[in-house]
Amino acid sequence: MRIDDHPILGTFEKGQKVSFVFDDKAMEGFEGEPIAVALRSNGVKIHRYTMRRNQPRGIFCAIGRCTDCIMVVDGTPNVRTCVEPLQKGSVIQTQVGAGPEVTRK
Amino acid sequence: MRRCEMISVGAGPAGLAAATEAARNGVEVLVFDENDRPGGQLFKQIHKFFGSEEHHAKERGFDIGYGFLEEAEKLGVEVSLSSVVMGIYENRTMNVLIRDRIEQVRAEKILVATGASENMIPFPGWTLPGIIGAGAAQTIANIHGIKPGENLLMVGSGNVGLVVAYQMLQAGCQVSAIIDAAPRIGGYEVHAAKVARYGVPFFMSHTITEAGGEKWIESATISQVDKEWKPIPGTEKKFELDTVCIAVGLNPMTQLLDMLSCKMVPVPSLGGRVPAHDLGQETSIPGIYVAGDSSGIEEASTAIIEGRIAGLAIAHSLGYIDDSSFLEQRDRQFKSMVGLRSGSHGEARKIAKEYINAVMKG
Ligand SMILES: Cc1cc2nc3c(=O)[nH]c(=O)nc-3n(C[C@H](O)[C@H](O)[C@H](O)COP(=O)(O)OP(=O)(O)OC[C@H]3O[C@@H](n4cnc5c(N)ncnc54)[C@H](O)[C@@H]3O)c2cc1C
Ligand code: FES
Repeated sequence: MRIDDHPILGTFEKGQKVSFVFDDKAMEGFEGEPIAVALRSNGVKIHRYTMRRNQPRGIFCAIGRCTDCIMVVDGTPNVRTCVEPLQKGSVIQTQVGAGPEVTRK
Repeated sequence: MRRCEMISVGAGPAGLAAATEAARNGVEVLVFDENDRPGGQLFKQIHKFFGSEEHHAKERGFDIGYGFLEEAEKLGVEVSLSSVVMGIYENRTMNVLIRDRIEQVRAEKILVATGASENMIPFPGWTLPGIIGAGAAQTIANIHGIKPGENLLMVGSGNVGLVVAYQMLQAGCQVSAIIDAAPRIGGYEVHAAKVARYGVPFFMSHTITEAGGEKWIESATISQVDKEWKPIPGTEKKFELDTVCIAVGLNPMTQLLDMLSCKMVPVPSLGGRVPAHDLGQETSIPGIYVAGDSSGIEEASTAIIEGRIAGLAIAHSLGYIDDSSFLEQRDRQFKSMVGLRSGSHGEARKIAKEYINAVMKG
């Protein structure tokens, strides 16, 4: 899925390769790239299921406008994964409905 | 509360052009952008621009972007990223969410250069993952280096549809077809010719009528439309694919201006409701300016010129440039706009812009 050699852009500058967890599976991506991009390069296409009809949703706008791509990141629901940078060891989960309840610290 | 002379909301081509132009004339400028990198849509534009030399004709979007950033830094323009302007209130104060804290800032002059968002068309199955905005495809491929899919259909033959289809081919994707409900291709011929050379078929007077698939789009059905753009039964064609890109136009992002009850004008040829503004890009609210897509959808090159005009007008109203020098410099910008707002595509925008300026005069 990654573009290795682009006719105009050549190669893409990326951060360090890091590991993260998606729904209990270990995956690899590049630090600092949007979580959605790291997931897509691992073949993940579904980010969440809607609250009432349980329909799948994935990336739609890729610039943080539409919220179709929200997931649970390190326990926090409703994170827009198309603009949230991937960090080493991030734990990412498919969001179902509004996601788990968060207790404020 | 922090105070400064000028704030630009948005670090796209319009915002950066305004910021550098104003700063060059002595204005203290602060730029907010919600993204974690500046440049707005510019960095995903990897094709060469068209127009004369002074419009960066031979340059690609991202090179223009880097040029602006270098200039902004030299001029001491402060660009604050990951900073969402949440609202603009009375007396030109605004709340800005910078990462996880909220700050209040006040400026003498505010430029709203927030760009546009993409339009969508609903059809059965339109919410399936894999159906994305053309801008999303451009972002994913050209900025992050990932193919949005292997095989895609482009809905819309305007410049965004044509350019993004070509860029997807460059990224190594297959493009099954470009379709448009209109009988003729909407974008520039040069862009259309590039895609046609790859053998991509165009289906004009066609719309997408259904997307199939369980959890991800697996097929798309298109149908020919009649004069009223209604699908004609029996003309269906089905494509097996994994992605559909929607490029059916943009609309100006004017939420911040709506909060201020800025005067709006409906102008279909500029993408919908457009804020009224004068020849110096000032809106109906004194001290609030607009430029670029948020003042009516055009192109990157016109966004840059509008930005420069706004920057000059702001520097002038703050007393940094005298009347004659302002008029002379603004005139120069108007002149370079003439070429961009001409031809079959530009003429309609020129007339629309004149109408908006007239509305401001009342
Ligand atoms: C997806 C897409 C692709 C395009 N492709 C092309 C192309 O290939 N060629 C071409 O000539 N034109 C293209 N255009 C048309 C467009 O007119 C120009 O490219 C140009 O980018 C417009 O410049 P701008 O500065 O007005 O807006 P933008 O470049 O969109 O910049 C606006 C900036 O404002 C920021 N922003 C918005 N709201 C807020 C807020 N509340 N707080 C803080 N920051 C905010 C955004 O993050 C963004 O960085 C495209 C437009 C889009 C949307
Ligand atoms: S895809 Fe639209 S917000 Fe992330």
